[in-house]
Amino acid sequence: MRRETLLNAVIMGALLLVPLWAWVADEPFTITLATRVAILSLAGVGLNIALGLGGLVSLGHAIFFGIGGYAMGILASHAQDYSPLLESPFLIEGTKSMPVIWLVAIVTSALAALVIGALSLRTSGVYFIMITLAFGQMFFFFTISWPAYGGEDGLSIYVRNGFPGLNTLDPIQFFAICFVLLSLALFASSRISRSPFGLALTAARQSETRVLTVGIDSFRLRLVAFTISGAITGLAGALFADLNRFVSPTMFSWQTSGEIIIFVILGGVGRLFGPVAGAALFILLEHFLGGLSEFWQIYLGFLLLAVVLFARGGLIGTLAGREVAHD
Amino acid sequence: MPMSMSARCSTDRPGGCKPPGQLGRRFLMSLVLLMEQALNGLQFGIMLFLMAAGLTLIFGVMGLINLAHGSLYMVGAFAAAAVAGWSGSFLLALVASLAAAALAGTLIELLVIRRLYDRGHLDQVLATFALILIFSESTRWVFGSFPLYLQVPAALAGPITLPGGIQYPVYRLLIIAVGLAVAAGLFLLISRTRIGIRIRAGENDREMIAALGVDISRLYTLVFALGAALAGLAGALVGAIQSVQVGMGEPVLILALVVIVIGGIGSIKGALVGALLVGLTDTLGGFLLPVLFGAFLEPSAAASVGSALASMLIYILMAGVLIFRPTGLYGAGT
Repeated sequence: MRRETLLNAVIMGALLLVPLWAWVADEPFTITLATRVAILSLAGVGLNIALGLGGLVSLGHAIFFGIGGYAMGILASHAQDYSPLLESPFLIEGTKSMPVIWLVAIVTSALAALVIGALSLRTSGVYFIMITLAFGQMFFFFTISWPAYGGEDGLSIYVRNGFPGLNTLDPIQFFAICFVLLSLALFASSRISRSPFGLALTAARQSETRVLTVGIDSFRLRLVAFTISGAITGLAGALFADLNRFVSPTMFSWQTSGEIIIFVILGGVGRLFGPVAGAALFILLEHFLGGLSEFWQIYLGFLLLAVVLFARGGLIGTLAGREVAHD
Repeated sequence: MPMSMSARCSTDRPGGCKPPGQLGRRFLMSLVLLMEQALNGLQFGIMLFLMAAGLTLIFGVMGLINLAHGSLYMVGAFAAAAVAGWSGSFLLALVASLAAAALAGTLIELLVIRRLYDRGHLDQVLATFALILIFSESTRWVFGSFPLYLQVPAALAGPITLPGGIQYPVYRLLIIAVGLAVAAGLFLLISRTRIGIRIRAGENDREMIAALGVDISRLYTLVFALGAALAGLAGALVGAIQSVQVGMGEPVLILALVVIVIGGIGSIKGALVGALLVGLTDTLGGFLLPVLFGAFLEPSAAASVGSALASMLIYILMAGVLIFRPTGLYGAGT
């Protein structure tokens, strides 16, 4: 077995076993931490498709995270007030059902990613970073100054949304939902990276000219990748909102975009399980260093600096060696 | 909101709600208000130029995207507030802001930034994001979370009456003057001096000027320190209008990034035009849009739609510029 495969198995095993142990030992807070890891990993898995495979440095993925969050917040707030979302031309009511909310979150964030991608992908390099950042700021300031759904204060949802047959208020059951969704996304991500589409996308990252020469439209490849990437991050946003039972404009802030990139980089960019390792490391640091010092982000800063300057493969790259997956 | 009320009055029923003489005076008053807002926009734009000039120079010469530029702005503001509190002299505070930001800039250039010149933009974004975390949290550690205040010197504190009866704070006029002077100095530095020639040569072909015997890494450190000093000066000047606190740099950083992207990355002229465009759009948009919507919406809806749109306006402007000119107004192309 290759070292990276072994490492991936260890990471997923730990993410599954730690909350199971916590469930037996009756430590709900640990389960919540693991749920956060699973959800933030999912956001990172989404970004990794654009960033790792496509080489698209998006400093605006908070847009999709936030759209997912607000999809949940808006639908659930209408359901909890018993006020319809739209009355004419046809009736749309709010809902407290997770699958419906996920579907709405995925579809709206995919649509947003399609439009934003179509506009942003006309630029490249540093201009692409900046235009995605600008779109993120647009959404951030819009939600702050739009009073209908809480404005700057955000929206609270009193009861977690339901999933047929499960009690989502039980931490371990909610964790199970998130873990299954993360596994599905990882599976999809590994299929995508090995598919003809994924190979062409990787090729377009490595040498755009060659890809264009063999007659592949690199713009369309990147647009599809950006859309899939946004959809997965949007789903993560809906779950994150459900975990906290709260959405606020912070989900759209550029720091959120930065943090999602940090998950991917800390773990190892372009590695399938990189976002999972990165998010786990981030949450562990936040939990343990945050307990030691109020200023734990100084250490996070130094760690990130060290990873960027000296350990460019991230956690997985350092532990599993430099080779890139070919299987 | 008095503006949107008067606009409604004059558009809905002209002369119906107020006698004509008073309406005329109201119109004049709103014109004065508009001029004041335009001056505010100019002052804001000039401040943004001080930030953007450094960013765009650093990108143009070294090809580096520096997110920590906002931290240098914060360092300047904190140094000024600390020195002003200790010595009571505003001039000394400004000198301290220049020195502290230039020093911090030189330090991070030598330790971190110079390792990033050959890296991709992703590494640059991340490493400078890490620097933001380090700067912000260490400043919070040293100075605490409460904002500091920097007093405008008494001689500059009052308003002055401009032609046309506009009352405007002297200090803000001074900011405009200082900013214009810095802009002029920068243009002279770049176009007339030996250092300027080297900087322009470095933008075009760094290997060639290294081969001609110019110490390129010293030039880079110098350019970075210069950009840092300008950011620090901007921080100190603005710190006297607003409060000095941790996190003050990031909103300005993002606006400065918008400015250099609109102007075309690497172009100082573009930075000046972009800064004025962003400053005026932001200030006048926030003032005029609610009035505009007030013409056909009810006041509360007009205020909320107007202010929501106004806060997004400069990003819409930027996205629009990039969609039609993907390398900015004065960009050379990638």
